[in-house]
Amino acid sequence: MGLSTNGAALRLSDADNVAVVLRALEPGTELTFGAEHLIATQEIPVGHKLATREIPAGAAILKYGQTMGRATVTIAAGEHVHVHNVEGIRGRGDLAAARSASA
Amino acid sequence: MTFQGYHRSNGTVGTRNHVLVLPSVMCANHVVERIGRKLPDLITVQHPTGCSQVGVDFEQTKRTMAGFAANPNVAAVLVVGLGCETNESKALASEIAARGQRVEVIGIQESDGTTNTIARGIEIGAALLRDAAKHERRVAGFEHLILGTECGGSDTFSGITANPALGWAADRIVGEGGTVILAEIPELVGAEHLLAERADEAVARQLYELIARVEQRAAQMGVDMRYGNPTQGNIAGGLTTIEEKSLGCLYKGGTTPLREVVEYAMRPNERGLVVMDTPGQDIEQLTGMVAGGAQVVVFTTGRGTPTGSPIAPVIKVATNTAIFGRMRENLDVNAGSIVDGTRTLPEVGAEIFEWIVEAANGRKPAAEELEFRDFAINRIGPSF
Repeated sequence: MGLSTNGAALRLSDADNVAVVLRALEPGTELTFGAEHLIATQEIPVGHKLATREIPAGAAILKYGQTMGRATVTIAAGEHVHVHNVEGIRGRGDLAAARSASA
Repeated sequence: MTFQGYHRSNGTVGTRNHVLVLPSVMCANHVVERIGRKLPDLITVQHPTGCSQVGVDFEQTKRTMAGFAANPNVAAVLVVGLGCETNESKALASEIAARGQRVEVIGIQESDGTTNTIARGIEIGAALLRDAAKHERRVAGFEHLILGTECGGSDTFSGITANPALGWAADRIVGEGGTVILAEIPELVGAEHLLAERADEAVARQLYELIARVEQRAAQMGVDMRYGNPTQGNIAGGLTTIEEKSLGCLYKGGTTPLREVVEYAMRPNERGLVVMDTPGQDIEQLTGMVAGGAQVVVFTTGRGTPTGSPIAPVIKVATNTAIFGRMRENLDVNAGSIVDGTRTLPEVGAEIFEWIVEAANGRKPAAEELEFRDFAINRIGPSF
């Protein structure tokens, strides 16, 4: 677990590719986690997440060191990570229904 | 550690000494309400169940009512029936009595109408209150304590502040010989492997079966769970997927081994951490855990929810300082101080633990002071 040097975001596990914003971020805010630097590219509300490194489309979103979903598009470091660019993998009855319809 | 509780004849220990008036069917709700209006010291509940139910759905409804009525926080029960309902009031009363609870029963048809039934109910209720007043608190060990855990109106801070702090307190309860219920199965989807690692093979298999049932229901309906859970409020608060919510929810149960998986409203046989099969819907979950014997509940909230049980103290823990300030009257502990940097997680965990002990001894948390008496039974089949 690590707090960014300015205290504005919290990365819950070193393995994570997202951090939770503790103070609303303006675009251009710089964040440092240990040796890693990144810049928030968008406004990010309190409690929401930003990518701490680039996440390719289809790759796992990692929080608490665990998989919490996957990227639907490639997400750049510093971008807002939420329902617009992440989907769940579990509880996806819609995908199950689509699979049985095409079978 | 010990607490001061009400020792019941069946060996259980209550943290409250209520007299409950329970309708066996929704047709008796009005009579129950009128009895309670005359004697406000009685605890009354209303519900829309008890008739035209079959099979496992009816069994679960009856088990929930019987378990709720036999919760050790209840000194005695008055069941009010209509007379022609599926959930026959005398059979329900027998089920409650079989659990070692004192129970009286009256019926509206048998009493020739509502006015007579209300009068008779007031008479019996007054007698039960007089008898209950004779009970006194005596020292009890933590092996008698069942703590329910719940989160509702979650936000991203739930999994960072309030839930891990509650988990810290849950570990202390288990360490002292008590029992902790972790529930809301849909909110374990995506985190179940972390819990299964802490269970023996048979218990782990039961847990995986419960999770599979949830995902099968979503598949049968052809829906993405995300349309309903995480809720719109959860999403506004920053939660993106059910997995993310679940990973945060899991912390409430602490870190001890998972001992048992029980059905909705079923009393645990084991001590330590147990999982109960409940939905994530707050009131149905709360009712299920209390019907399973929980005498104290801790409820974490990020968006702010006022929910309380009619018979068990529900301690509210805020996940963030902003909501703690805005809804101060509804909340008891601020875990937001963990991310504010003003208190550590163990410090907040210790405050929650102290609150549990004090609530067990009689201290009223906000929801109880404000007289929240939420009650809802989880239905698993249609009405016919």
